[in-house]
Order: sequence, then structure tokens, then C-alpha cells
Amino acid sequence: MTSDPERRDTIVRYSPGERTNHWIVAIAFVLAALSGLAMFHPALFWLSDLFGGGPWTRILHPFIALVMAVAFLSLAAIFWNDNAMQDRDWKWLRQYRDVAGNREDRLPEVGRYNGGQKLLFFTLVICMTGLLLSGVVIWRAYFAAYFPIGLIRLASVVHAVCALVLICAIIVHIYAGVWVKGSMQAMTRGTVTPGWAWKHHRAWFRESSHAAHSRPRPD
Amino acid sequence: MPLQSLDILRRSATTLPPPGVRVPATGTVAKLIDTTKCIGCKACQVACMEWNDLRDLIGTNVGVYENPRDLSDKSWTLMRFAEYENPKGDLEWLIRKDGCMHCEDPGCLKACPAPGAIVQYTNGIVDFQEENCIGCGYCITGCPFDIPRISKRDHKAYKCTLCSDRVAVGLEPACIKACPTGALVFGTKEDMQQHAAERVEDLKSRGFEKAGLYDPPGVGGTHVMYVLHHADQPELYSDLPNDPHISPAVRLWKGVSKPVSLALMAFTAFAGFFHYIRVGRNETTASDEAAAARPPAPAPTPPRPSPPAAEKRT
Repeated sequence: MTSDPERRDTIVRYSPGERTNHWIVAIAFVLAALSGLAMFHPALFWLSDLFGGGPWTRILHPFIALVMAVAFLSLAAIFWNDNAMQDRDWKWLRQYRDVAGNREDRLPEVGRYNGGQKLLFFTLVICMTGLLLSGVVIWRAYFAAYFPIGLIRLASVVHAVCALVLICAIIVHIYAGVWVKGSMQAMTRGTVTPGWAWKHHRAWFRESSHAAHSRPRPD
Repeated sequence: MPLQSLDILRRSATTLPPPGVRVPATGTVAKLIDTTKCIGCKACQVACMEWNDLRDLIGTNVGVYENPRDLSDKSWTLMRFAEYENPKGDLEWLIRKDGCMHCEDPGCLKACPAPGAIVQYTNGIVDFQEENCIGCGYCITGCPFDIPRISKRDHKAYKCTLCSDRVAVGLEPACIKACPTGALVFGTKEDMQQHAAERVEDLKSRGFEKAGLYDPPGVGGTHVMYVLHHADQPELYSDLPNDPHISPAVRLWKGVSKPVSLALMAFTAFAGFFHYIRVGRNETTASDEAAAARPPAPAPTPPRPSPPAAEKRT
């Protein structure tokens, strides 16, 4: 759409650095989830073939997950301030029926992120932290021997629960990207159309267009 | 088809029943360890090393009788020595041959994520199939007796096999063969229980009123049992668990959470799919773009039907 001269300029939503960071997390998540599911349920053990067999799955999973955790913490730091819950976000969440029904005109104005996105953000922060901490405890090759057996058992449950919530949250996240047309390009090309921003993130649209108008054009 | 096992009762990470038509008519087997007859000679340890061709590293002497100091990938059985001062003030030397208990309800097998890395034969023996082991250590997490050990060299889990290879051809385990005092006996579980009952009766007549058989029901009973002089206090014997059972955390993790988790993931995905089918995508229309294209104009407030109060733009 950027190349379409009939359209207004697009609005930058994510910088190349942010997009790179996001997709490192995303790719690592997919690999960690597939290898983790292989070791979680026998019906999915065949997924270990994608990683070169059971032992390789066991070896690779925690290292892939470390990449995910580190990249995610970086991403979370970047987006932390944009995800503070405000009153309008709680109101937005309470109107989940209007959200799901595409009746966006009834919803409170949305900033850079809506209530659902912020809820997802904190869900991911909690789950990633839980997975990282419990994952270290159950990492048999290097760390498990340093922890008491009761803690290892507890960590195994925490790891599974956090992974379940994380996977479900990411399914919602991916679907939301498909559902709200024009969102995907924010993370692939970095830009959104003004109409998209006006419709879905009006407060952010005004802030960013105001900033764009008031900022002197770089020559 | 003689060259395959038809005697598998349980197989790790396997959701359908394994081939198990061949069930011993005389029932399951058991090893009985009579701690009251044990003299701590470690012949059983030597026999285990010999039969299984295991040579653990020569450790260092730290002033205790245990040698090696702990079970390892190359030490599948170990005499543990406890000095107990009884209420009369006498010293009792409680010696226990430690090793896999071959639980009827094995926590290692329940926790194992690798199909066929742990099997339980219809004779009750729980055996690791190292060629299928992925080295995750979940068996250690699941075991109520702290038995499995992962090799630092090949990252496979090892433990006592109850000489499944010998038992399969009608021999008794190597440790049994070596025991000079008759503290170790092997046979059907029923026979071993009867033999233990006689021993317990004898011990009671000699003043050990709390003598008894250790066959803990929390793990469905075990195929390695102890005769103890103090069956009311098994922890005296180098921390033999009083009421071993698979931890509730492990039961949750490797039980109901597995199908429930898959169902929740599938439900979430289907919820998205049917939302797409029923409600459809939330699209930005030309009128949205047009609204966005009138910038300096006051932004219309969306929610209420009240007259659009012009918002202050700073």
C-alpha cells in the first residue's frame, strides 16, 4: 500500500529492530512449543522427528527456549510502557461481546494497545518468566541435580501449566492478527494504514499523526 | 513369533495396550531382601557388577561403609549402613540393600515421555530400554525411591533390571545367587510373601515385635520387598520411605493435565476458526481511511450517541 500513490502515507508501527526481535521470539516459540509438546504428550512424540529424534529434542529444547526467553524479555522491555492498563482498557475488556462481534464503534477509544493486547502482554510476561525459572530447575543435564526433588516435581507442573497458557495465548494472538485485517503487515512490513490506526487505535493514531505533523521533516 | 516380547504389561508414553498376552501362570515375581539376615558383605554388589559387566569408578574413602557412596549409572545396587541406637541403648546395625523396588505402579514409567523407554513386564519387572531413552531425567522426577541415575557419558538412565535377562530364561537374579546368608531370595511374589510371613513370625518370637514386610501399598506393592526388624519405622533404614507413592504433582503433570491441555489448545484453535466463520474479519473500510484522512479536524469520539464533543488536540 505504500507504493499506491492514491493512498495516504502509511504509519510506522514497528521499527525494523522491533520486528526482528518479535520474529526471533516467534520462531523460537514455534520450535520450543513443538519440541516441548513432543515431550509432553505421547500422541505428539512424533514431533521429535522434526528435531532429529528424542535425544536431540531433549538437548535442543532448552537452548531454543533460552533464545526465546532472552529475546522476549528484550521485547517486553521495549513495549512495557505501552502496556500499562488504564480504565478504558478494563472497560474495553468488559465489552468483550462487542469486541468479538466486530462492533468496534461501541468500544472506548484505544491507545497503542487495546485491553486484550495488554492482557496478552502480561500473560506472556508471567508465562515466559514461569517457564524460564521452572525450566532451569528441570534442566537435567546442567541444573536439576542442584534442586530438591520436591521442587523439581513442582517445577514440572509449573512448566506444563505455563506452556499450556502460553500456547493458548499465542493461538489467540495469531488469530487476532488474522482476524483484524491489516494487523499482520504491522509486524511484517512495519506499517499500518491510517484508516486501520484510526479504527482500531484512535488515541494512538492521533498521537502519532500529531507527532508526524509537528515533527520537522528530516531533509 | 518367538523373537518378540509378548509379555509387556505397561510401556512408557504409549496410549494403547502393548502386546501382553503372555502372563506367568504362577503370578508375578519378587525379590525378598531380609535385612535381619544381611551381614553387609556386598557379595550382591559384586555379583551385580559381574553379571551386568559394570565397573564403577574407584571412589574415595570418606569413612563410611557404603562403597560406592551412592547408586550410579554403573552401580545398580548398594548396601546402605545405618547405625541405630534402640530405646534400650543398644546399637543396631541396620543394613539395607538399596536399588530399584520394581513398583507395581512405577512412577518412572508414568513420568517417562519417550515411548518404550521404560516397560513393565507381566512378571512385574520394571525395565529401562536405554535405546529409547532420551535422557530427560523425568524418571528421576517420578521415582518415589530416588533410584534412576543418568550416565554422564551417554545421557541414558540406568537402574537395576532385576536381571530381567536371567529371569526371562528361568534363572534367579545374580545378587540372589551370590548371597551367602540367604538374606536374598527370589521367587513368585506369593511365595515371597509367605516366606516373609514365616520370617516375621520368627522375628516376633525373638523380641522384634514390630517386625514386618515392606511391600508399600502406596505404589501398588513392589516386586522387591524387605523384611524389616522395625517395619513401623522404615526410615531408620537409610531413609527408606515410610509411605512411598507417586507424588501428586507427578500424577497431575503426567495424568489428567495431558488430555486436558491438548483439549484446551484444540478448543482455542477451533474457537478462532469458528469465530472467523461466524463473525468474520474485522476490516478497515474506505470510510475509515477517509475519516483518517481529514487530519487537523477534531477527532470524532466513538462510543456514545451524544453529539461529538470536539476533543482538544494539544
